[in-house]
Amino acid sequence: MIEALSYEFMQNALIAGIIVSFISGIIGSLIVVNRMVFLAGGIAHAAYGGIGIALFSGIPIFLGTSIFAVIAALFMAFVTIKQRENIDTFIGLIWAVGMAIGIILVDLTPGYNVDLMSYLFGSILAVNSEDLYFMSVLFVVILFVIIFWYRDILAVSYDSEYAALRGTNVKFFYTLILVLSALTVVIAIKVVGLILVIALLTIPIYIAQNISSTLYKMMFLSGIIAAVFTLVGLWLSYTFNLTSGASIILVAAVSLLLFMAVIKLK
Amino acid sequence: MQTNKEIISPLIEIQELSFSYEKDSVLEAVNLEVFDKDFLVLIGPNGGGKSTLMKLMLGMLTANEGSLKILGKAPAKSLTTIGYVPQNTNVNINFPIEAIEVVMMGHSSHKPALFGYKKEEIAHAMFTLRQVGMEEFAHSKIGSLSGGQRQRVMIARALCSNPKILFLDEPTSNIDAEGQKSIYELLKELNKKVTIVVISHDLSMILNYATKVAHINKKLSFHDLNSLQKEFTTNNNHICEVELLQMLGKRQ
Repeated sequence: MIEALSYEFMQNALIAGIIVSFISGIIGSLIVVNRMVFLAGGIAHAAYGGIGIALFSGIPIFLGTSIFAVIAALFMAFVTIKQRENIDTFIGLIWAVGMAIGIILVDLTPGYNVDLMSYLFGSILAVNSEDLYFMSVLFVVILFVIIFWYRDILAVSYDSEYAALRGTNVKFFYTLILVLSALTVVIAIKVVGLILVIALLTIPIYIAQNISSTLYKMMFLSGIIAAVFTLVGLWLSYTFNLTSGASIILVAAVSLLLFMAVIKLK
Repeated sequence: MQTNKEIISPLIEIQELSFSYEKDSVLEAVNLEVFDKDFLVLIGPNGGGKSTLMKLMLGMLTANEGSLKILGKAPAKSLTTIGYVPQNTNVNINFPIEAIEVVMMGHSSHKPALFGYKKEEIAHAMFTLRQVGMEEFAHSKIGSLSGGQRQRVMIARALCSNPKILFLDEPTSNIDAEGQKSIYELLKELNKKVTIVVISHDLSMILNYATKVAHINKKLSFHDLNSLQKEFTTNNNHICEVELLQMLGKRQ
């Protein structure tokens, strides 16, 4: 493992893993406490449409995927703010339609040579410095938003009816949480892939939720737990030549089972 | 001049108010005046419009016809003068949040600190927690509290903005008998300073604590309990709950 650290791709993978873990910890906490897990799942799969558009039109993948995912998030915010009871239908809709758009556009792209599997299951070992730059910028933006609007985000997440009564713009913060979720999903795709994103955004958070008394503690703890899972998963994947994304998720899942067993025994 | 006027004029003034969801009429020609230090209980059958009327007073809904004024202003403009305790306080039990953080949501969000909480906001939140007897639980996770304790935290949150009127929607519906009594005693104590409007099915609340009762079933019939109680004691020695409810339901 030590000699692996001398490779640039391994250094990039470690840095990316840690940044994405902390972003997932913060945004995953918001997704879980706002009960938006499947909404985020829908956006993750819809994001494949963005990958297709980016490949087809030749714009950078991160940019194309981000724009498409943010549009999907805005659409979901728009249709679910008024009628939350129809949310399942719309999640199914963007989930399937986004993927279909992506697949057709990849079909139509001439000289297609991109590995589909790397988007479905992640390609953390292929992270380059441009990706790292994008991830760092997003991390700083998320930190800024969370610190600056912590009270409003907390109030909207805990009791949106009361927050509205006290003059907080619930629609704005609901949309903001969804847009940040969409951007988080886009960078998490690089690490664990769009199929496994939801596990990274929920398993560490579930563990942290049980041992945190406040939201910010939960965010920070989730980040640390996710980082440990990512590093252990990466090490396993390097040592035994396994797919990195799937290794990370299975490390998380086994840890969750152990955690639940310990809680039960207490 | 100004203060004289305030004492005489009602805190809540509703005139010929009607409200309907789509085509279903919920409230028709409701008139109501609530004065300073009143303890008004709203009663009536489920679906009769009690909660709708409260939501109208809180500015969460808007009336189709008629006028509704809180301290002479539209409800949406009197947010800082009212406090609200919602019905279901058992939502989001697993949410990682401490009691004091819940209470601080009651501060109006006009001039918040750049980030975090101001010292005086924390001090005031502790003060309202002390008022409801929950000071020692300030840093407990909200999910670890009992139903009655959580209700007290919600009352502290409502008190945080120094309201003139406190609205409560069935504050004792999820609490055991012991807890109910202590919530009533707390409300009685608070009533010395603030006007209270509460939705309740609980007869002991109506008989022992309320000063006014409004029965709502699409229309509103109003009772001043001071005059009502005399009527009862002269007619009958013991009070039959069914008779009382029937009587409150009649239009005056």
